[in-house]
Amino acid sequence: MSGSADTPVTVGERRWVNAAFGVAAWITGLIFFFPVFWMVLNSFKSEQDANTSPKLFFHPTLDRYHDVTQSASGLLSFGDAYANSAVIVLVSTTIVLALAIPAAYALAIRPVHKWRDVLFFFISTKFLPVVASILPIWILAKNLNLLNTRTVLIILYTGINLPLAIWMLRSFFSEIPRELIEAAEIDGASLKGQLTSIILPMAAPGIAATALLCVIFAWNEFFYAVQLNPVKGSTVPIWVTTNISTRGDFLAKLSAASVLACIPVVLAGWIAQKRMIRGLAMGAIK
Amino acid sequence: MTEVKYDDATRTYEGTDVPAVDHLNIDIGDGELLVLVGPSGSGKSTALRMLAGLEPLDSGTIYIGDRDVSNVRPRDRDIAMVFQNYALYPQLTVAENMGFALKQAGVPKEDRITRVRETARILDLTPYLDRKPKHLSGGQRQRVAMGRAIVRQPAVYLMDEPLSNLDAKLRVQTRTEVVELQNRLGVTTVYVTHDQVEAMTMGDRVAVLKDGVLQQCDAPGTLYHEPQNVFVAGFIGSPAMNLVDVGDATPLQIGDSQLTLHGPGESAALGNGAGRITVGFRPEALQVVEGGPLKANIRTVEDLGPEVFVHVALEHQGENLALVSKMQPPFSGNPGDSVGLQIVGSTHVFRGDGSRMVSATATLN
Repeated sequence: MSGSADTPVTVGERRWVNAAFGVAAWITGLIFFFPVFWMVLNSFKSEQDANTSPKLFFHPTLDRYHDVTQSASGLLSFGDAYANSAVIVLVSTTIVLALAIPAAYALAIRPVHKWRDVLFFFISTKFLPVVASILPIWILAKNLNLLNTRTVLIILYTGINLPLAIWMLRSFFSEIPRELIEAAEIDGASLKGQLTSIILPMAAPGIAATALLCVIFAWNEFFYAVQLNPVKGSTVPIWVTTNISTRGDFLAKLSAASVLACIPVVLAGWIAQKRMIRGLAMGAIK
Repeated sequence: MTEVKYDDATRTYEGTDVPAVDHLNIDIGDGELLVLVGPSGSGKSTALRMLAGLEPLDSGTIYIGDRDVSNVRPRDRDIAMVFQNYALYPQLTVAENMGFALKQAGVPKEDRITRVRETARILDLTPYLDRKPKHLSGGQRQRVAMGRAIVRQPAVYLMDEPLSNLDAKLRVQTRTEVVELQNRLGVTTVYVTHDQVEAMTMGDRVAVLKDGVLQQCDAPGTLYHEPQNVFVAGFIGSPAMNLVDVGDATPLQIGDSQLTLHGPGESAALGNGAGRITVGFRPEALQVVEGGPLKANIRTVEDLGPEVFVHVALEHQGENLALVSKMQPPFSGNPGDSVGLQIVGSTHVFRGDGSRMVSATATLN
């Protein structure tokens, strides 16, 4: 297909190659999208329809959504799980950004001594497999009376997201032209003025991307949540699994619960995307 | 009214023993436009950044007015700087960019608007005040960067190659505008460029730097006609001065011709013990003349209209030597022609260490 030195690629040939890649990309995209589409379809079906051979036409119903959002005593309710997840995600992401922004500034704009070692140390905390850390974390949480509280997950998710956030923000801050910060310095801006007037507005797309990743991780995290908060302070992923039943069909209900669990992440992604697509430098230089 | 003084100012970057700026001493008068010029790595930008407070001094002192500012923060130095890449704040409009420093200084909004509008009027930026930098052309951005500096009414302007991103025509035009503006405002200005033509045309005085060391700081004419050393002689002027290593033998010889210095220069240059001597003469001092004693072959002829540069080659001390002659048109020679050359202007004689020994009129026999 692609020509060698003695058989140059013609314009027509190149067009065919592009078209073939386009078709392959569409097929791959559809394969990835299909399970999500199928989940959304199932959530509008009755259990009976969902558990028989796939039908093209069915009578759509919102009953499964009604079922899963109904609270029953003794069981984790939809409202509680959403409230727990929302608080844990918002608080942990806010703390992560509050800590990561000054850290990234110190690593990118005014690099501290041995900043490379510092950066490696941050990422090295991600080397430990999650499963290897659960026992000491569980014991610590138990001794500190933090089991089944939102606090334990806020602390954990902050710790887990912080290295990634610092790395990401550092690379975004590094892209801010140095002259801009120097210009602000000469123009009389204090450190706070430089941050609020120049650095943060310019790094806003990066901050939005970082926050989005933190939100997605904290919203979806299941392993720590199920180990540490099985009784109280449980999050949405745990609530989704409560819809799996050992008696009777549950596919449509599980699909409805999964759709509800996806909505906040999709929304957050949609909001963040608006900021992320704005160019970073936006004509600062030349 | 502000003078600027570099007093033995030195800066050595981390990880190197060689100073980027080495014991720099310059006095810049009130309202003067001083140009720092030199090749890449000469320390000119570092010297400017030291004055701006963006680079610390390892030793020495910098004064703005009577005040020692060596350890003063950039924002407290009462300076404004125009950067090579303009460094406009991309998220702010032209008006906000120009008013940024005033806002930081707590100037009331009405005053700010008045001063920004007045500066925009001077620089023909009024129609663009509400635009973002990305919607401006290179020349307009450059003017906004100038405007941002002017609006502050600082004690000193610092300009770090502010014209280098403009195309050739706009650069020449803007060069004149900057000089006019500086004359009108009368604010002490330090201007960095690597372009010696820019330096010569703009500066009240020009400071030539090489490897962090000040070579000479003088008016453009003095630099051109009385270079203190062989580096300044070769750096200033376009095309560059013809520099010929004539060895340490006397009489001085270029190719097959003997070089005779006239006046007191002759005795100074001869019997010197100053090591290998280099003689230098400007292209306009080397003329292609009928029956000229120095025989050479024409390599190329550059006819620029008002002047013609004739590049010639000849055999000198067993090696090929390239020289340039600046002739008045019309010039009829062609590449490959054999011609005779004569020196008709002043010739500079430099010692082995590069310093100038003497300048004198000379002839070739």
